[in-house]
Amino acid sequence: MSLTTQLRPDLAVIAAHVAPASRVLDIGCGDGSLMEVLETGKDCDARGLELDGALVERCVARGLSVVQGDANVDLADYPDKAFDYAILSQTLQTATRPDLMLDELLRVGRRAFVSFPNFAHWRTRAALMFGGRMPVTRALPVSWYETENIHHVTVEDFRDLAQMKGAKIERAWFFAHEMQISDFGANWRAEFAVFELSR
Amino acid sequence: MAPFTDHSSLYRIPHPLPLDSGQMLEDAEIAFCTYGTLAPDKSNAVLVCHALTGDQYVASEHPITGKPGWWERMVGPGKPIDTDRFFVICANVIGSCMGSTGPASIASDGAPYAMRFPVITIRDMVRGLVALLDGLEIAELHAVVGGSMGGMQALSLAANWPERAARVLVIASTARHSAQNIAFHEVGRQAIMADPAWADGNYYAEKARPDNGLAVARMAAHITYLSEAGLTEKFGRRLQDRDAKSFGFDADFQVESYLRYQGSGFTRRFDANSYLYITRAMDYFDIAEEHGGKLANAFARAQARFCIVSFDTDWLYPTAESRHIVHALNAAGAKVSFVELSAAHGHDSFLLEHEQLDRVVEGFLA
Repeated sequence: MSLTTQLRPDLAVIAAHVAPASRVLDIGCGDGSLMEVLETGKDCDARGLELDGALVERCVARGLSVVQGDANVDLADYPDKAFDYAILSQTLQTATRPDLMLDELLRVGRRAFVSFPNFAHWRTRAALMFGGRMPVTRALPVSWYETENIHHVTVEDFRDLAQMKGAKIERAWFFAHEMQISDFGANWRAEFAVFELSR
Repeated sequence: MAPFTDHSSLYRIPHPLPLDSGQMLEDAEIAFCTYGTLAPDKSNAVLVCHALTGDQYVASEHPITGKPGWWERMVGPGKPIDTDRFFVICANVIGSCMGSTGPASIASDGAPYAMRFPVITIRDMVRGLVALLDGLEIAELHAVVGGSMGGMQALSLAANWPERAARVLVIASTARHSAQNIAFHEVGRQAIMADPAWADGNYYAEKARPDNGLAVARMAAHITYLSEAGLTEKFGRRLQDRDAKSFGFDADFQVESYLRYQGSGFTRRFDANSYLYITRAMDYFDIAEEHGGKLANAFARAQARFCIVSFDTDWLYPTAESRHIVHALNAAGAKVSFVELSAAHGHDSFLLEHEQLDRVVEGFLA
């Protein structure tokens, strides 16, 4: 699958683990790269939600079904369990209320994939500890005053939230330097994490 | 109306057309234009539905005004609705006055229908369009496309004849007329009916026509098609061909002169009774009401892909109305895209230059 190899690593791992012919909602679908892979490579029925009108326009021009909207409020429009999977990639940390968004994810989807940058990665910790300033790293390249990431989260925080919400962690994948790493010491070693949840 | 000498064709519906009112429309005719070539398997037909005062001349010169087609920037060879690829059909709706059966048409007793014409609905208009598709032996459209009232027809087709279109593109439209929409239409209707020349609709044999009333109706409606920012940008408080206010009631301001021009130009090409009937049809429009009060039910059988487009400055059919449609389509599990485009000129933006709209239309139809 040549299309998959061009995907961001977290999206590639999600694409690889979505069951074929599923109904999928990609929240914050961007330019629709993941949706396209799921539709063409896995025969999925993929729908997207995206805030940026210019990106929605590109999706529509690609023949994808994408609704312009704000995941913080518009997920409420979707019926319960309308999808086999709800996917939230690199968006949780930008949510007004990540906990409520996780609820919505597990309401509209039978399963959910969530990916996010891990704030407890050793580089972030080191930048804060030794630099004394909000970290600007490869994974978090934007300064504190203009970042969209308003709710930084760590691997352990996310595990706690999932437990608190009664969500079962089905699988988890961790990445550093765009490569998958083992889950040993993931809260230190992982720049990004992907979780598959069910409830 | 003058006889047509252009390439508009006339289709006589070979059966009485049943209407929502319970009445039948006998011997109804549909005037339509086509562009491009129908594929041998008839898979490339695109039906473009026109708005309130539109007509079948979507991409050809208007026979009365001599102006270019009303959506020539969208429909044509190499355009977003590409007539090199698609067989484009645009038909005048019943109730209108550009060749399809309407209040100005001659009834079986040899006199114009006038107000004896049955009150029609958007769904009745679509019944006429479906009859035309039957006549053309087109079982399934590649797409049905419409802005404003055209979007209502597209939605009505999708809700009531879901097997007839594979794609449904709805621009600057709504699934129901709001109180504000009805209110503006009522102003227009009252302006027409207050004109002594309207004569209860029986003016066809008279020299005087209710042009004054129709012009006022058009002026009021025209304001709703624009945005405050658009009007300010175009006219501001600038005076018309004068250096100072006249302290009278001439068209001192450019915006007054513009509206008067729009109003009087309109009376040359449109029938006042048609204006009454079509605005009534729009006011009656509420797809949810037709389907047990729940909009999602209207699309329960929908297999088509939908694309809904709104404009941020459109206060006639604001984005919230489009979102309402999208919500219902999502609830029905239909494949839907939605985008709100930025535009300066309010509701009329769908008719104007807009590159993003072009890309969305072209991409969605591909």
